[in-house]
Amino acid sequence: MSQTLTRDVKRRLYHGMLLVRRTEERIQANYHLREMRSPPHLYMGHEAAAAGVCATLHRDDVVFPYYRSHGWYLAKGGDLDAMMAELFGRATGCSRGWGGSMHLIDVAAGVYGTSAIVGGTVSHAAGVALTFRIRGRDSVAVVSFGDGATEEGVFHETMNFAGLRKLPMVFVCENNLYATNTHIRDRQAQTEIWRHAERFGIPGRRLDGNDVVAVWRAATEAVGRARRGEGPSLLELETYRYFEHCGINEDLDLGYRTGDELKAWRARDPLVSRRRLVSDAEAKEMETEIAARVDRAFEHARSAPWPTADFQEAAR
Amino acid sequence: MRMKFREAVRDATLLALERDPSVFLIGVGIIDPRAVWGTLSGALEKYGPARVVEGPLSENALTGMCVGAATMGMRPLLVHHRVDFLLLTMDQLINHAAKWAPMFGRRQTVPMVVRGVVGRGWGNGPQHTQSHHALFSHVPHMKCVVPTTPKDAKGLLLAALQDDEPVIYIEHRWFHEDEGEVPQEFYVTPLGQAAVIRSGRDVTLVGVGPMVAESMKAAQSLEQEGISAEVIDVRTLRPLDSATIIKSVAKTGRLVVADSDWRPCGIASEVVARVAEEILDSLKARPVRVTWPDSAVPSSQVIEAVFYPGAKDIHAAAVAACDKTRATGSVESTVKPFEGPF
Repeated sequence: MSQTLTRDVKRRLYHGMLLVRRTEERIQANYHLREMRSPPHLYMGHEAAAAGVCATLHRDDVVFPYYRSHGWYLAKGGDLDAMMAELFGRATGCSRGWGGSMHLIDVAAGVYGTSAIVGGTVSHAAGVALTFRIRGRDSVAVVSFGDGATEEGVFHETMNFAGLRKLPMVFVCENNLYATNTHIRDRQAQTEIWRHAERFGIPGRRLDGNDVVAVWRAATEAVGRARRGEGPSLLELETYRYFEHCGINEDLDLGYRTGDELKAWRARDPLVSRRRLVSDAEAKEMETEIAARVDRAFEHARSAPWPTADFQEAAR
Repeated sequence: MRMKFREAVRDATLLALERDPSVFLIGVGIIDPRAVWGTLSGALEKYGPARVVEGPLSENALTGMCVGAATMGMRPLLVHHRVDFLLLTMDQLINHAAKWAPMFGRRQTVPMVVRGVVGRGWGNGPQHTQSHHALFSHVPHMKCVVPTTPKDAKGLLLAALQDDEPVIYIEHRWFHEDEGEVPQEFYVTPLGQAAVIRSGRDVTLVGVGPMVAESMKAAQSLEQEGISAEVIDVRTLRPLDSATIIKSVAKTGRLVVADSDWRPCGIASEVVARVAEEILDSLKARPVRVTWPDSAVPSSQVIEAVFYPGAKDIHAAAVAACDKTRATGSVESTVKPFEGPF
């Protein structure tokens, strides 16, 4: 893949971030209506991570997002109507109303399932990468997870196997400093997550996860490496979540983080800081197009049928 | 043809690898020269490291990799030397493998088989002898089988490898050297079907795993007391073939369930509950559960020998159910010789 930041790539990067931001803002604004009865883990603040990495992937590459899943789902090309219908619990939802906000899937777009168990899909990505290897496909599997997941044994187990077998995959850690409301320094003996890669013979990098261009460049290298059969990489993207761990509100009242900290990260907002990736006219056009898509997705979700289930089939 | 149980497992494994390119083997120590008691002998030589994947001691990650591969349409066969090691993988089995299809509205399925070997005998002690088939049978969207004959060892493994849900295959090392007639060609023992392996009129003996053979021994000794026992090998614990069991108990009116596991919340309890719900009025006697004592499995040969219930206990339970006086005739010992070391 070319390293050139073409106009098309710039548009893709900005559009990817904007689609996530505007969709989640609408979720946030409508949440009080109690139509979406599923716990939303808003991605806002992280947009550069998903948009930057997904812009380097082919449609048949596979991503495994985590429960903060809206960003990766949309950036990888997941169907917005099906996502909103899922949040509304409707039969036309991407998981037919069985998964909710934390469990989005779009197999055709290469968005494989997401898990609400921290670290749950890290090993799944290795299984998919192993399958690419067995079948001789040059596709790549990408797994994203938070800083908390790197405390789970399965992260280290999977890194070891992926390093040993040089699997075509990329580990993307979105380090937003907090596991729910506990700071990383209260959880980890050493907080440079990227250094875990060394132990397994895997290249590891830490970078500004709010800079979509930096993410795109690092992902281009990591994905290219995986696709060429040279093995996995670990990217630690430093970023920040604007709203509460789960829900639509700010949570400064809890006192686990300060207003100054939030303000400082807001000043590094991934969309504002890279607004110049596209022209004013392009940005305006994207805003209009996205607003219409989001309108349509909400309308579709509101009018979609409810699911039915026959539990007898399972009760045996 | 005549085949040992462990040879039947190997036969099924090699046949599955041959017939279906999506089948692959993965596990800790599967390329060990001993090849998991010979059950995987020749697989690596024939199919190579791409389809016989040696794993690090990372059982949970290996299980998750099976889930990932299965969502791609692969059919992994994950092999553990002990069922006890599956407990390291419960997150992937229950939170992930069993949830994947329902959680995503069946957009994906997770066809995978996990073989775990029960290491009863030679003082293997508390952590190498557990069966835990009830744990796995508790959870929806997965299946659990416990073969007891070479024929079913092959047929159930081949059936499991064709199924679209995760299947836990509990294998008793106890049976490894048992010989039986095994068809050479491909066949399946359908999942969810119990086998009536002896017909009788007076009492139904339902057995799980090693307790099937004990039930058969008990049936023979009961015959001498004028009690005609029907014996059922459950074979698949989930989905449980209630119909076959209920039909038998409706006929005999008496039920003894012998399980190689603990009693609380176990399969024996499940069988009794289903019978009670369906045909309580047909029962002529209270049902009896013959299970392990409520204790970890001990190591010393003296207490290990008395830990496991066997034909004697089943015999006594059946006699009591039939309102006869307790038998005085001798019943063959339950513990057969097993030469270690592991």
